[in-house]
Amino acid sequence: MLVEEYKIVSQDLICYHCGEECPDDKIRIGDKLFCCNGCKTVYELLEANDLCNYYNIDSNPGVNQKGDIKKNFDFLDDAELKEKLIDFTDGKITTVTFSIPQTHCSSCIWILENLYKMDEGIIHSEADFLKKTVSIKYDEEKTSLKKVVLLLDSIGYEPDLNLAEKELEKSEILNKKLWYKIGVAGFAAGNIMMFSFPEYLATVDIPLDGIRPVFKYLNVLFALPVILYSANDYFISAYKGLKKKIVNVDVPISLGILVLFLRSLYEIFSGIGHGYLDSMTALVFFLIVGKMFQNKTYASLNFERNYKSYFPIAVTIIKNKIETTKPVEKLKVGERIIIKNGELIPADAILINGKAYIDYSFVTGESNPVEKVNGDMIYAGGRQTGGAIEVETIKDVSQSYLTQLWNNKAFDKDDESKIDAFVNVVSKYFTFIIISIAAVAGLFWLPQSTALAFNAFTSVLIIACPCALALSTPFTLGSTLRIFGKNNLYIKSTHVIEKLAEITSIVFDKTGTITETGNAEIKYDGKNLSNYEKQLVKSLVRNSSHPLSKNISDLFNESVFLEVNNYKEIPGEGIYAEIDGNKVQIGSRLFVTENQDNNKSNLSTKVYLSINNEFKGIFSVSNSYRKKLKQVISYLKNYYRLSILSGDNDSERKRLLEVFPANTKMLFKQTPYKKLSYIEKLKKNGEKVLMIGDGLNDAGALKTSDVGISIAENINNFSPACDGILDAKSFGKLNTFIKFSKTSKNIVIVSFIISFVYNIVGLSFAVQGILSPVISAILMPLSSISVVIFTTLTTNLIAKRRGLL
Amino acid sequence: MSVIFVLIGFSTFVALMFLAAYFWSVKTGQYKDNYTPSVRILFDNEVTKKKDEKTKSGNDA
Repeated sequence: MLVEEYKIVSQDLICYHCGEECPDDKIRIGDKLFCCNGCKTVYELLEANDLCNYYNIDSNPGVNQKGDIKKNFDFLDDAELKEKLIDFTDGKITTVTFSIPQTHCSSCIWILENLYKMDEGIIHSEADFLKKTVSIKYDEEKTSLKKVVLLLDSIGYEPDLNLAEKELEKSEILNKKLWYKIGVAGFAAGNIMMFSFPEYLATVDIPLDGIRPVFKYLNVLFALPVILYSANDYFISAYKGLKKKIVNVDVPISLGILVLFLRSLYEIFSGIGHGYLDSMTALVFFLIVGKMFQNKTYASLNFERNYKSYFPIAVTIIKNKIETTKPVEKLKVGERIIIKNGELIPADAILINGKAYIDYSFVTGESNPVEKVNGDMIYAGGRQTGGAIEVETIKDVSQSYLTQLWNNKAFDKDDESKIDAFVNVVSKYFTFIIISIAAVAGLFWLPQSTALAFNAFTSVLIIACPCALALSTPFTLGSTLRIFGKNNLYIKSTHVIEKLAEITSIVFDKTGTITETGNAEIKYDGKNLSNYEKQLVKSLVRNSSHPLSKNISDLFNESVFLEVNNYKEIPGEGIYAEIDGNKVQIGSRLFVTENQDNNKSNLSTKVYLSINNEFKGIFSVSNSYRKKLKQVISYLKNYYRLSILSGDNDSERKRLLEVFPANTKMLFKQTPYKKLSYIEKLKKNGEKVLMIGDGLNDAGALKTSDVGISIAENINNFSPACDGILDAKSFGKLNTFIKFSKTSKNIVIVSFIISFVYNIVGLSFAVQGILSPVISAILMPLSSISVVIFTTLTTNLIAKRRGLL
Repeated sequence: MSVIFVLIGFSTFVALMFLAAYFWSVKTGQYKDNYTPSVRILFDNEVTKKKDEKTKSGNDA
């Protein structure tokens, strides 16, 4: 009875702002409870501005403010930096687009579009939910970039400021072009088909003689923009391919389109017939539709990130006791910088002053902070947790231990050189066969009649135009891409799926990839705790957002929470509070027992507990492997060579061998550069490598491998440049994904066969020189549409059977 | 029969108008974001307007 009552109470303790559980009901305004003061502040701010509608659109829409660190945005006053961040300014009105990773519900859209109510300098703001951006237009006289950013930060939507993300716009312009092209082609195809109708019904005797020529010339007029604008990508790609002596699929396509167009012109202007312009424009239209389908992109994800999008854009330097901010790229060797709690170390440096607890989780995937003392070297990429520290840089930003990885030639490589699509391999042979058939047919009829020979030659090229062939790949792989997306594997482009189907070797990173970040195995050793003591511990750790606190909290099932007073959290050390009159301390050995921790081990992290100054016991936290690792590996080991690259020492070799087969190559103490060269070595031996990693230290290996997949606990968090991002919760489906990529390749092959059958039927007409425009107008769309239907249906059916849909 | 020429001309003109409308929609970014507007349209403007007026009159007084 009692327990039930408590349960109800704890259920009710939900933060009005963010919806998370509240440690107690102390922080409140009226009947509205808040989990932390941060959330309360945001509520008060919105309330003061009459923006409480925010809470009506979605319930508990806010961004949790626990552990939020108010940053110093003074660097935004720097004119040069500002110039790089904004989109456009005329000196008075400025437009700027921020990336807001916290965007998650309709309330977010609403508040981001109502910013003008909180700052009258903001003229207009528009959110893009899928891209998670907001573009803001503001008046320079009434507000400033810094004020806008501070406003966003104050309501919990801190923009992700970095200089590397402007690239996205390029793909947007390309996308727009494709929309224009599809419009032109669709418009022309539709109208030309209408104008061609009288010809399709040519046997019916309708007096159309005066109108026919008008239709023909109108057709030519409409076909011109299609050939000159909509189809030009195919000509350009074919030309580029031929220049490099590669016969890609665009070569036979361009050939088909050109022959269609020229023969139609010849027929129309010599008065023989009305040509094949309907087929030609429809063909181009279908091809662009296919391209569009293939171009599915995940707008809010970025696959091209390097360290620049992760590093801060400005640093605080200290010189003669005066603090100034400065763009990070101008940071020189030997300068002293201040790193505050939660900030990143931008370059390799030596600790001068302060207590450093460096969290390298983004670099290595290891979530527990490392302690450093004065004079220690601190590598770039770590995040300081705790108080402010003063460091002196000893390397340039781009020359640091981690960042110099990006100077490797692997990062200069153009992605296109990696593309060796299956369809291009097929088209090489296809093109030669078609040209020979056309030539033979032409030569065969030549003695009889030149006209017939010309007719047969061009007909073969027209009918063999591999429209269905060109459509099967984008539709199959495009569907696969979408199916993967639904299962939380986000792939950069369809080429990646083809490459995934061909891999022979899989390389895993250890920390953060096969071990779970944040969700560690936890054990308690020490004096037995009474239920009351367990309640004390659980009540205390509920206040902290540190991952270890969550681990400890999960250890006990107590649902009774006691009143917490004098709560203190010392970053990197521990937490302390008076609960129900008892002093409870949890943290490092030094913090809890005032003894220095001497025997540090990498295997597990130890957290000490004392109640009323009496030492109770130790929570030891060790990495746990991902839940479905065993299942994934037991499938993969039968088909692929497996390797593990780890930055840690080999203390876990034994545990790993319980899961991985004995022939797994395990390399420990690997630097980022060594990881990269290991992949290079594998590739030299003819292996096709799939690299699965997570941190910045895997960036080189991810880039060098044939397919690099990065694992993320939260896909909107940072992940290094890669070909795909896998949400950690779908790790167990890894084998299914690889298997399915092979299946889609087989579907492509089957659809190739179908399109060849159509080609043979068409060719039998063509070689006889009796291909009429009507047959072509029916056969071409029929083959294309049936191939599209076949591939999309089979892909989805198989996905359903495998549990992916 | 010659009226058909006028009709062809007119129908082509109408078709071109639609093409122009399509171009305009691409140009103004209607294909850029095809999700957010669907949410935006559901926001209830009136509630906030009333509140705004209230605060305004409150400030005036």
